[in-house]
Amino acid sequence: MDNKSLLLDVKNLKVQFSIAKKNAWFWSAPDQLKAVDGVSFQLRQGETLGVVGESGCGKSTLARAIIGLVPVTEGEVVWLGDDLAKLPKQDWHEKRQDLQMIFQDPLGSLNPRMTIGDIIAEPLKTYHPQLSKDDVKEQVQQMMKKVGLLPNLINRYPHEFSGGQCQRIGIARALILKPKLIICDEPVSALDVSIQAQVVNLLKSLQHELNLSLIFIAHDLAVVKHISDHVMVMYLGNMVEMGHADAIYQNPQHPYTKALLSAIPAPDPKAERNKKIDLLAGHLPSPIDPPAGCVFHTRCSLADDECKVNKPSLIGQPTHTAACFKIKQD
Amino acid sequence: MMSPSYSKNQQAVESFSEQLTIEGRSLWQDAWRRFKQNRAAITSLYILSFIVLAVLFGPYLGAHEFDIADWPNIHTGPNWDNGHYLGTDSLGRDMFVRVLVGGRISIMVGILGALVAVLIGTLYGATSGYIGGNTDRVMMRVLEILASMPFMFLVILLVTFFGRNIFLIFVAIGCVSWLDIARIVRGQTLSLKNKAFIEAAQVSGVSSRHIISRHLVPNVLGIVVVYATLLVPGMILFESFLSFLGLGVQEPMTSWGALLQEGAQTMEVAIWQLLVPAGFMVTTLFCFNYLGDGLRDALDPKQQ
Repeated sequence: MDNKSLLLDVKNLKVQFSIAKKNAWFWSAPDQLKAVDGVSFQLRQGETLGVVGESGCGKSTLARAIIGLVPVTEGEVVWLGDDLAKLPKQDWHEKRQDLQMIFQDPLGSLNPRMTIGDIIAEPLKTYHPQLSKDDVKEQVQQMMKKVGLLPNLINRYPHEFSGGQCQRIGIARALILKPKLIICDEPVSALDVSIQAQVVNLLKSLQHELNLSLIFIAHDLAVVKHISDHVMVMYLGNMVEMGHADAIYQNPQHPYTKALLSAIPAPDPKAERNKKIDLLAGHLPSPIDPPAGCVFHTRCSLADDECKVNKPSLIGQPTHTAACFKIKQD
Repeated sequence: MMSPSYSKNQQAVESFSEQLTIEGRSLWQDAWRRFKQNRAAITSLYILSFIVLAVLFGPYLGAHEFDIADWPNIHTGPNWDNGHYLGTDSLGRDMFVRVLVGGRISIMVGILGALVAVLIGTLYGATSGYIGGNTDRVMMRVLEILASMPFMFLVILLVTFFGRNIFLIFVAIGCVSWLDIARIVRGQTLSLKNKAFIEAAQVSGVSSRHIISRHLVPNVLGIVVVYATLLVPGMILFESFLSFLGLGVQEPMTSWGALLQEGAQTMEVAIWQLLVPAGFMVTTLFCFNYLGDGLRDALDPKQQ
């Protein structure tokens, strides 16, 4: 692990949005929505970080903050030694080649008025305008082969493709600049299960071939387990547990992680019938006004007065940490 | 078991079919296919093409000039023998040639006016919607200020200061007609802005200028085209309205609106002076409206 070079070092990342209050005066301060509230992690070359959590927990905002689609409020996103959040525009444009993204909506992420050849070639034309038309076409067709699309479909339009094929087009577009990191924002949640497996396996094999790092966001825990080296569990903008994928899946520490894992359907009907799911009571609290202390205490069965006052920090071994006061220390 | 020659053939066929590039069918081609099935729209397109050709080349086929008075034939009705196919006006000028020459002005005002409105409006609206924030607020307030100007006063002022001139009409119409398009395009842009393909373009490092021109504008063009076709008859009517009030083109040049005004004064004695320009204008307006309807249906993806 240590011989792999460190690519991305996110330190105490916070993203807040200003939300105008209803019926507010012009001068009254807007509400702050804390979408991501102090997330730190490191990512090395060739590794995959899985990010899980329920809807609205800040997974996508985290991804979009790393890649610069939303401004960072506080903290650092260190990419190979440079803090991306503070880079001047021109340098950021250069660095951006190495970070690409795959989107959740396969068809929606493709411009309906462009041929897929143009779509895949667009990053290439932006960063290498000196390339001749034939060179671009050659590279696009090679990339299409690599992601499992027939190269002769280059002049077709996105609406002529299925969801899985569209996602392959999105992957080809992300790969054409030979990036070092690809952020996958729920790349398979809009696809059928059989297609999901194809796309995930494609990503995995491409990762091996090109030595890519992935940040893989999903709410399907089984998919994350399949592809990830490390897993981060998020709740209401906070990291609640982080560690090696095996450690998290075999030995979850945080009560929230336990509840999530207990909800994975088992493929065996007998096991499924006897399984006990820890249903979480209540709803996700509003990130505009998060609970004091541990953000999870409103829904946690173990919570006591300490949890309502103090915010737990991540504790445990470096390979597996969790933010909870109720974990027995070895 | 396959014979070696068969599998060789098979391979050749496969490698050949892989080299064939399949042409995709764009949304525009789909729309054109649907448009062709709309009989009213296609008929309108033919009639409009005919009218455009007629106003371009028809005047050369007439037996008379549009501004030469034929003194013996004042106020005569349609007559094939003396070359006044559609009669003459109160000064003895040939109605056939005049209505076609007037049509040039009217259609030019209509199409150029719509074109200018579409160009300015689309770029303004797309920029305002895409950049958003305070820029958007300022741009929209400017638009509202322009929209609140009393338009007739503007035209009358321009005409009193600069005299009657066809370019003034362009300026006046151009000043106001792009406002609506800008609003429409801004609304469309706002809904497109959050689509994933715009974000994908940002992640790919595409500049804002190229995002607007390559991604936003082509996607709002459908609605803009429809609106532009419906704008053309509005422009023609507007020019007629100005000409009817006497603020339009300068004699002896004419337009359908000016012809209508003259015709209305003499309708009790010479009804053809009113009916001829009215017929041309009504036909053109109908056709443009049907064309716009047809385009709207063809470009609506839910009609597939």
